[in-house]
Amino acid sequence: MMREHTVLRVITKLIIAPIMIFALYVQFHGDYSPGGGFQAGVVFAAAIILYALIFGLAEARRAVSPNLLRITGALGVLLFAGTGVYAMLKGGNFLDYDFLAHDAIHGQHYGLLLVEFGVGLTVVSTITSIFYVFAGRGRRGTQE
Amino acid sequence: MTTDIVLNIVLLSFMAITGLAIARLRNLFPVAMLTGLYSLLSASLFTLLDAVDVALTEAAVGAGVTTVLFLATFGLTRAREKPVQRSRTIIGLVVTVLTGAALFYATLDMPHFGERHTPVHDHPLRERYLQTVSEEIDVPNTVTAVLGSYRGYDTLGEVTVILTAGIGVLMLLGVAWRRRPEDDEEQEPPR
Repeated sequence: MMREHTVLRVITKLIIAPIMIFALYVQFHGDYSPGGGFQAGVVFAAAIILYALIFGLAEARRAVSPNLLRITGALGVLLFAGTGVYAMLKGGNFLDYDFLAHDAIHGQHYGLLLVEFGVGLTVVSTITSIFYVFAGRGRRGTQE
Repeated sequence: MTTDIVLNIVLLSFMAITGLAIARLRNLFPVAMLTGLYSLLSASLFTLLDAVDVALTEAAVGAGVTTVLFLATFGLTRAREKPVQRSRTIIGLVVTVLTGAALFYATLDMPHFGERHTPVHDHPLRERYLQTVSEEIDVPNTVTAVLGSYRGYDTLGEVTVILTAGIGVLMLLGVAWRRRPEDDEEQEPPR
C-alpha cells in the first residue's frame, strides 16, 4: 500500500512489536496494574491495524487471517462462559471462581486470568474483523 | 495540585477549540483527524484524573481505531459534507443549546471537582470492596477484581455484546463483500 514511505515503514516495523508486548503486559498484569482484557485487546488490535495501514490489507490478512479471527472471537466468550460452567461442575455457582482450585484465593486468581484472557481474545478478534471488513469494502469502492 | 488545575484547564480549552473546529469544517478528512485529536486530549485528561485504564481505552479506540474506521468509511461514501439550509442550522443550534443547557443544569447536582465527601468516597460499599478484596481475592487491582469476579456476570454480558456487535457488522458488510465476485460470474477477477 505504501511502498514509497520508507520512514513510515521502518518506524512501524520498530514500533509494532513493543505495542504488542505492551498489550500482553496489560493483559497478564491486569491483576496488579491498570487495565485488563478489554484494554489489552484494543491495544493489540491497534497494532494489527497499524500493520495493515502501512504494509497493506492483503499482507495483514495473510498474517492474521479473518477466518482465524472469527474462531478466536467466539472462543473468547466460550472461555469466559466455560470458566463459569467449570466452576459449576466443581460444585459452586456460575462464575464462582472459589471452586476452581483447592484454595479459594488461588481459584479466584485462575478465574480472573482465564476470564480476562477470554475478554482480550474476543476484543482483539472483533475489532480487527470490523476493520478488515470496512477496509476491504473501502478498497473496492475507490477502485470501482 | 495547581499544576493539575492548569493542565486540566489547558486540556479542556484545547478540547473546546477542537470541537468548534470540527463543527466549522466541511471537509471530513480533517474532521476525522480532529476527532482523533479530541480523543487523545480526553485520554490525557483521564490520565490526569488517575483513570489510566479508561485513558488506555480512549487512546487506542478513540484516537486509533475509530479514526481509521472513519477514514475507511470515507472510501465508501464521500468525504465532503453537503451544505445545509440556513433554516435547518438554526433548528440544530436550538437543539444543541437546549441539550447543552440541560446537561449543564444536571452538573449542578454533581459534587464539586476534587471534593472529599462524595457518594463514591462515603458509600459503605466502597469500604467493603476495599477490605474484602484483599481477603477474598487477594489482587492489588481492585477494579479487575470487581469487574472480573464480583461482577463477572456483567462482564460476560459485555463481552457477548462485543462479539454480537462484531457478528452484526460482519453480516452487514462482510457477506456483501464476499458475494460480489460470484455475482460477476467470473467474467472479471475481483480487482
